[in-house]
Amino acid sequence: MDVTILGHGCKNCDALEARTVEALAGLGRTAEVAHIKDDAQIAAYGVMRTPALVADGRVLVEGQVPTAARLAEILATVPAT
Amino acid sequence: MPEPISLMPAPPQQRPRWRVWAPPAAAYAAGGLLYAVNGRLWDTLLWDVVGLDPASRLGGALHFFLYDTVKILLLLAGIVYAITVARSFITPERMRAMLGGKREGVGNAIAATLGVAAPFCSCSAVPGFIGFVSAGVPLGVTMSFLIASPLVNEVALVLLLGSFGLGPAVLYAVTGFAIAVIAGLVIGRMNPERWVEPFVLEARGRTAVAMAGGLRPAWSDRLDLARTETVALLRKIWPWLLAGIGIGAFIHGWVPEDLIATIAGSDNPFGVLAAVALGVPLYSGAAGVLPLVDALFAKGVPMGTLLAFMMATVALSVPEMVILRRVLRPRLIAIFVAVVAAGIVAAGYLFNAVL
Repeated sequence: MDVTILGHGCKNCDALEARTVEALAGLGRTAEVAHIKDDAQIAAYGVMRTPALVADGRVLVEGQVPTAARLAEILATVPAT
Repeated sequence: MPEPISLMPAPPQQRPRWRVWAPPAAAYAAGGLLYAVNGRLWDTLLWDVVGLDPASRLGGALHFFLYDTVKILLLLAGIVYAITVARSFITPERMRAMLGGKREGVGNAIAATLGVAAPFCSCSAVPGFIGFVSAGVPLGVTMSFLIASPLVNEVALVLLLGSFGLGPAVLYAVTGFAIAVIAGLVIGRMNPERWVEPFVLEARGRTAVAMAGGLRPAWSDRLDLARTETVALLRKIWPWLLAGIGIGAFIHGWVPEDLIATIAGSDNPFGVLAAVALGVPLYSGAAGVLPLVDALFAKGVPMGTLLAFMMATVALSVPEMVILRRVLRPRLIAIFVAVVAAGIVAAGYLFNAVL
C-alpha cells in the first residue's frame, strides 16, 4: 500500500503523519509514508483542505486529523496488495 | 432513494448511539444552566460574599471581567461546536461545483455567501484557493470568497448578537457581505491573473482534476471533529479573550468617558479612519476584540466606528497575508488589503451617518 500525507508541514499535518504511522503499525502493515508539501502537487490531488491522507491514489481523509484508532479503521478498508 | 453506494465498506459502529450523543447533550445542558445563572452568581459572590460595593470602580470592573469571561466562553464553546458540525456537511468540493461556470456578479454573491457559511481555516487557504482557480472559478469570484471568509466571522456575529441585539449583528453581516461582493468585482476588473503565482494558473483547465472528498464521515466523526475544533479554538484564543476582557474591564472601571469621546466620539470626523488604521496591523480574533467593543460602546463610541475597528482587526491579518503570499504576488495582496480597508472605512462612516 502506498500512503501519502498532503500538507505544508503544519502542526496538524505532522500529527496526521504520526498517527498514520501509529495506525499502520497497529494494523501490522508495512507501508512507506510519504509527505508532499508542494502546493502544486497537493492541488493535483484535487484536495482543497489540508492535511489529507491518500492511500493507493485515493483520498481517504481531508481537512481533519482523526484519532489513530479511527485511522486504523479507515486504513483497514484499503485492500492489501 | 437508496443511499449512494460508497466505495468503502461502512465504518464499523465503534460506539453505541447514546455514547455518541450523551456527552454533547450533557455539556449543552450544563453550559445553558451556567449561562442562565451567570449574572446572579457573580452578584452573590462579589456583593454578598466578598462584600464589594457594586458602585465602586474595582467592584464594577471585576464583575464585568468575571461575568464577561464566563458568558463569552460559554457562548463560544456552544456556537463553535454547533457550527463545526453544520459545516462538516458543506465541503469545499461541493462549493467548487456550485461556483463552476457562474458569471461574475452572481458568482461573487454565491462565493461571498459560501465564505460566510463555510470559511477555510487559514491553513487551507492555499489549497482552497488553488482548488477554486484550477476549476475555472474566476479570480474576482475567488477573491469574494477569500474576503468574506474572515470578514463575516461567525464568532463576531454571535457575540454582537449577544451584546447588542439583532440590529448591529445583521448590519455587520450584510455590510461584510456587500464589501466582499464589491471588492471581488473590483479586483476581478483589474485583470488580476498577472499577480497570481504562475503555477496556480497552470493547474487551471487541467481536465482530470481529481474529485477528492475523503470518506463520508459518520455522525461520531462529525461530533469528534467538532469537539477537537472547539477545544483547539478555545486553547488558541483564551489569552486574547482574557486580554480583551481585561482591557474592557479597565476601560469600564477607570477610563473617563470624556477622554474616549474626544478620541473616538461622534464629533471626531477621523474616528473611523483612525479605528481602521489601528485595527489593520492589530491582529486578534473576534473574541479578543468584542469585549473591547462592548466596553467602548458603553463609553459612547459610535457603533459604526466600533464595527469598522472590529472588521479591520478580524478580516485583515498579517499571518494570513503571509500564507496567501504563496499564491498571490505582493501587488495583489496590497490591492486586497487596500480595497477591503476602503470598504470597511466606507461602511463605518455610513453606519455613523445612518444610526
